[in-house]
Amino acid sequence: MSKPISALNHASYDGIARIEECGLQGMITLRGDLSDKVVIKAATAATGQKMPGQREANVEGETGLCWMSPDELLVLVPYAEVEAKLAEINKALDGTHSLAVNVSDARAVFRVSGPYAREVMGKVSPVDLSKEAFQPGQIRRSRLAQVAGAFWMDGADTFRVVCFRSAADYAFKLLKVAAQPGSEVGVY
Amino acid sequence: MSTRLANQGRLIDRSKQVTFTFNGTSMQGYEGDTLASALLANDQMMVGRSFKYHRPRGIVASGAEEPNALVGLGEGSRFEPNQRTTTTELFNGLKAISQNHWPSLEFDIGVVNNSLARFLPSGFYYKTFIHPKPFWKHVYEPFIRQSAGLGKAPDKDSRDADTYEHFYAFVDVLVIGGGVAGLQVARVAAKSGAKVMLIEQTAHWGGRAPVDGGTIDGEPVDKFVEQTVSELEAMDNVTLRLRCMGAGVYDHGYVLGYERISDHKPGAQGPRHRLWRIRAKQVVTATGAIERPLSFAGNDVPGVMLASAMRDYVVNWGVTPGERVIVATNNDDAYRTAITLKKAGVDVLRILDARASAGPLADEARALGIRVDPGKAVAKVKGGKRVKKVAICNQDGVGGAREEVECDAVAMSGGWSPVVHMWSHCGGKLIWDEDNAHFRPDPERPPLGANGEGFVVAAGSANGPLSLGDVLSDAQAAGEAAAKGAGFKPKSAKAPLGEATEEAPMQPVWLMPANADIQLRMKSWLDFQNDVKVSDVQLAAREGYESVEHTKRYTTLGMATDQGKLSNINGLAILADALEAEIPKVGTTTFRPPYTPISMGAIGGEARGEVFQPIRRTPMYDWHDRNGADWEPVGQWRRPFTYVRPGETVHDAVNREVKNTREKLGLLDASTLGKLIVKGPDAGKFLDMLYTNMMSTLKPGKCRYGLMCSENGFLIDDGVVARIDEDTFLCHTTTGGAERIHAHMEEWLQTEWWDWKVYVANVTEQYAQIAVVGPNARKVLEKLGGMDVGKEALPFMEWRDGQIGGFDCRAYRISFSGELSYEIAVPASQGMAFWNALLEAGKEFGVMPYGTECLHILRAEKGFIMIGDETDGTVIPQDLGLHWAISKKKVDFLGKRAQERAHMTDPDRWKLVGLETVDGSVIPDGAYAVGEGVNANGQRNMIGRVTSTYYSATLGQGIAMGLIKHGPDRMGEVVEFPGTDGKSYKAKIVDPVFYDKDGEKQNV
Amino acid sequence: MLILNCPYCGVDAEESELSAGGEAHIKRHGPGSSEDEFHDYLFTRENPKGVHFERWRHSNGCGKWFHAARCTNTLEVFGTYPAQTTEPPKQIRDAITAKRPGWSWREFS
Repeated sequence: MSKPISALNHASYDGIARIEECGLQGMITLRGDLSDKVVIKAATAATGQKMPGQREANVEGETGLCWMSPDELLVLVPYAEVEAKLAEINKALDGTHSLAVNVSDARAVFRVSGPYAREVMGKVSPVDLSKEAFQPGQIRRSRLAQVAGAFWMDGADTFRVVCFRSAADYAFKLLKVAAQPGSEVGVY
Repeated sequence: MSTRLANQGRLIDRSKQVTFTFNGTSMQGYEGDTLASALLANDQMMVGRSFKYHRPRGIVASGAEEPNALVGLGEGSRFEPNQRTTTTELFNGLKAISQNHWPSLEFDIGVVNNSLARFLPSGFYYKTFIHPKPFWKHVYEPFIRQSAGLGKAPDKDSRDADTYEHFYAFVDVLVIGGGVAGLQVARVAAKSGAKVMLIEQTAHWGGRAPVDGGTIDGEPVDKFVEQTVSELEAMDNVTLRLRCMGAGVYDHGYVLGYERISDHKPGAQGPRHRLWRIRAKQVVTATGAIERPLSFAGNDVPGVMLASAMRDYVVNWGVTPGERVIVATNNDDAYRTAITLKKAGVDVLRILDARASAGPLADEARALGIRVDPGKAVAKVKGGKRVKKVAICNQDGVGGAREEVECDAVAMSGGWSPVVHMWSHCGGKLIWDEDNAHFRPDPERPPLGANGEGFVVAAGSANGPLSLGDVLSDAQAAGEAAAKGAGFKPKSAKAPLGEATEEAPMQPVWLMPANADIQLRMKSWLDFQNDVKVSDVQLAAREGYESVEHTKRYTTLGMATDQGKLSNINGLAILADALEAEIPKVGTTTFRPPYTPISMGAIGGEARGEVFQPIRRTPMYDWHDRNGADWEPVGQWRRPFTYVRPGETVHDAVNREVKNTREKLGLLDASTLGKLIVKGPDAGKFLDMLYTNMMSTLKPGKCRYGLMCSENGFLIDDGVVARIDEDTFLCHTTTGGAERIHAHMEEWLQTEWWDWKVYVANVTEQYAQIAVVGPNARKVLEKLGGMDVGKEALPFMEWRDGQIGGFDCRAYRISFSGELSYEIAVPASQGMAFWNALLEAGKEFGVMPYGTECLHILRAEKGFIMIGDETDGTVIPQDLGLHWAISKKKVDFLGKRAQERAHMTDPDRWKLVGLETVDGSVIPDGAYAVGEGVNANGQRNMIGRVTSTYYSATLGQGIAMGLIKHGPDRMGEVVEFPGTDGKSYKAKIVDPVFYDKDGEKQNV
Repeated sequence: MLILNCPYCGVDAEESELSAGGEAHIKRHGPGSSEDEFHDYLFTRENPKGVHFERWRHSNGCGKWFHAARCTNTLEVFGTYPAQTTEPPKQIRDAITAKRPGWSWREFS
């Protein structure tokens, strides 16, 4: 295999927020009954993270569990470990109706950071991003202007944003426009 | 003449001079001026011409309601027509040009329409441009196009230099309008703990109350405004926004706010406009009221102005529109203008009050030495480009027995109408207020929100009350109601006490004088921008237009860019009178958003230039782009149509790719094809329902081509299904089908067969998939080395996991070209490297990438159908001769029942055949086949159509597929396809498989 | 622009996150059904001014299909509920009755 290359190869931009493509992130889509102990065990054992409830994201760095829908988790693991983790999960789920599949290369991940990060995201997603409404530990699937996307917060002013790999170029340019100098809204 | 006064001007800073140009003439104003106030300060009374008659037009208002004073602003990539001078803040270097005249504002040819006015009544266009028919295209249409449109469109080569954005905001209470009412509402709501946003369209808080005078809690109004604003600014739960107009109120508390961030400082960093997409639990419309003009002859002459606007110019900007002014009114409020003018040192010659008596303000005016004439009216204003004289008559008459008085400006007031637009946008109903002769919000019938309760509250003069005291107590109540409606408990507090001089009742005056003769009525304007007069509306009524909506469209009343803010009530009162009906029975026209025109840029937001729409890219996009890709949009994807080399045409390039792939080795980026994982104990059963053929019998390791239909029986997608293991399938879809078919599968699983144990995941973009096609396909893979791709190890229609050239991959032995072919899927992050490896290893085998056109030709030569070419949403598999792919064993699959319907089994349905042109030419795309006889319209009967048509470099001639009536039974017949180029194309009906009929080439 | 609460992920989603999916609670007719049954299944739809039951998908969100009971006239939303049902649940029907006594829609009331 040759050196894997992410969609935008760590492109970045500094405006009223910093926009960076994070490079490759190991991701596994896990579908199953999220109340099933076997499923919970498989997910938590692979990541060391707590099982997330509705719209929760328990993420630390490159490892985590994100609630995507009542029967879907997004499992985050370091890119280099994804095949091993997938095998581990599949083994744990043997005999349980479920679907675990590597989607690491199907996605692009961005970091949007800085004091105006909430405002930048508030320009592209129809979501209440005030501090009262959205906090680290939550995940939101929505749209980034015209493409589907999901995001959570790593800290007080940092978002991690996921979209399809093919839309990475659009999403990056979109976030650049939203973060252009002089575009502070002044509400969050 | 209009001029700057020595004092007054609460909004201007006389220490900061600003230079601007109007029609190239340099002029001076002050910081804080609007373009309108600055033009008046320079005695620029005439600022444009009207749309239809090209009559001279001056400034008539002082805010968003201005119908006349529209100009072209800026230049080049920042030019914008139809900008209201009254809402344009002045800045250094502003460039404005007047519109709707040629060759100049002062001397205009189009004014000839004015002399022809009596021949251009309402409905003129409808009545005139009907006959003779041939005139339409060559005479009427060019004429109408020439005269259509107000202002000049920006130069076609200039691109808007600015950027725009949207912002999503979520609040408990949104208050639209930052006058004293809006401020008080915001304060009450905010104190309850609600999250409040207050938006004001102008650059200043306080609205017009500071101009009108009076006191609040014993202090001047300005002080109340200042205190309230600083109180609100200090609250964390309040967002204040100036230069942000409430543009529209929509369902479920959705409101658009139009923020003009840098119109007053062009070129500033950041977006020019921001469209706020606000969700509010409660919306309060504190949008104020607009003064109505009076309908008298010559009310459109520059220098005739709304009384309140004239007062604004004096108080806010220290400008008087005239030196000798006559005031005409039907209410007490206009007396304030007379008093203000007089106190500013302007001669006020008369107050013509249509009523018999007035309130205490009249005494104050008289005490200042102003002559008040009760029962009097303007018979006619004389003057062309500016006011020269006013002819005075009795209101109660036909306009005779006139006295003429020389003057240079007329202030008029016909009463006040609440701004009910925001209330009405989403269904709020109105009631007619007899006392004030206006429509105001009916509190019993507000717009309803998601919970079925009202979500809009009107406050202040937007709700009807006009006196300061009533406005503030109404605002207090509205703030409390909104807080409650949003789920908060308002703190009990007393409303601020507003005190102003009491007013006597107004008296409706819809025509001045009351029985004005036709000569006067033909010069009494209702709609200044669109040139609609009292006589036009009366004519419409005589011609049978009873509905106000029809009259509006027939006369164009209220259809100009100001949307009838000044003209609507006056117009419908005239209509009601002509119909001898009551005003509320006639009703209003519909109030539609936006309140005033908003920029296209703001509507589009960020979606322009590179982010106009998402362009989806495969991992090899950059390589394609560097190597001559002629891009073809396929949904949101961009795929190379062909790779054009220097010196080649697109056609040459396609032919080269076709021949090379057939003879040597071609590479296709097939990454865009959908890949859906379907897994579970019921996966086979599920796919048997989705595909027309049997998938549950497929053995792991093997592939099968399948067709998908909708419940209507029509083909919706096709592709190769690979069985990965007992529980798992991988379904390939078309490029455009990945998301659609994924959604289709989820829909059936979630909404019909929710007890079936199946999970689906879309892994389309996890892989870069490359088709390696041609006689040398195996050679290049063997050279790269790794898994066995030989005939026995990987037979046709099977797949294997392994490594090739060191890349982890899944190799499918499938062919959409009829050649020896593999599709190799590698992780997307390896796609570019694998593509390069294939190119490098393939050099000695004549490797050459090919694009989608070559793909299409290769498949057409083999008679393979393409979803979207052979299908169009009305085609069933049986039409395409695909019976072999429709299971007869299965009891049920989506589309099966539909395909049994009579229309579907009709032997006359058009069926797929191949078409070979007799002379080797290529049938035009979309051509229809014609047969014997003609239809009822005298057109030749159609018997079929082309679905795919290409030049085949392999066969050296045009080939096509088409759907032809009884086609398969007519082999060898020649049918005719008339082209739009005047030629007729003749083609022989043949088998759709043109090349390698026995499939020997792919199975080696 | 409507807001509907997605019963799966709990989000009050605005319409731009949703896709409309037509009428709810349509019974599928397949092979073996009569011409009339099949015709009605494919083409016959309610068009009420008032109470209506619809299918929606939280497409720019959790991806789940759900049902909404709402008034086509006032746009009042009586409730949303999961799609895995062949008829409106009782609490939804009760919520409608509270607001629109005497309502009926197809065989439901």
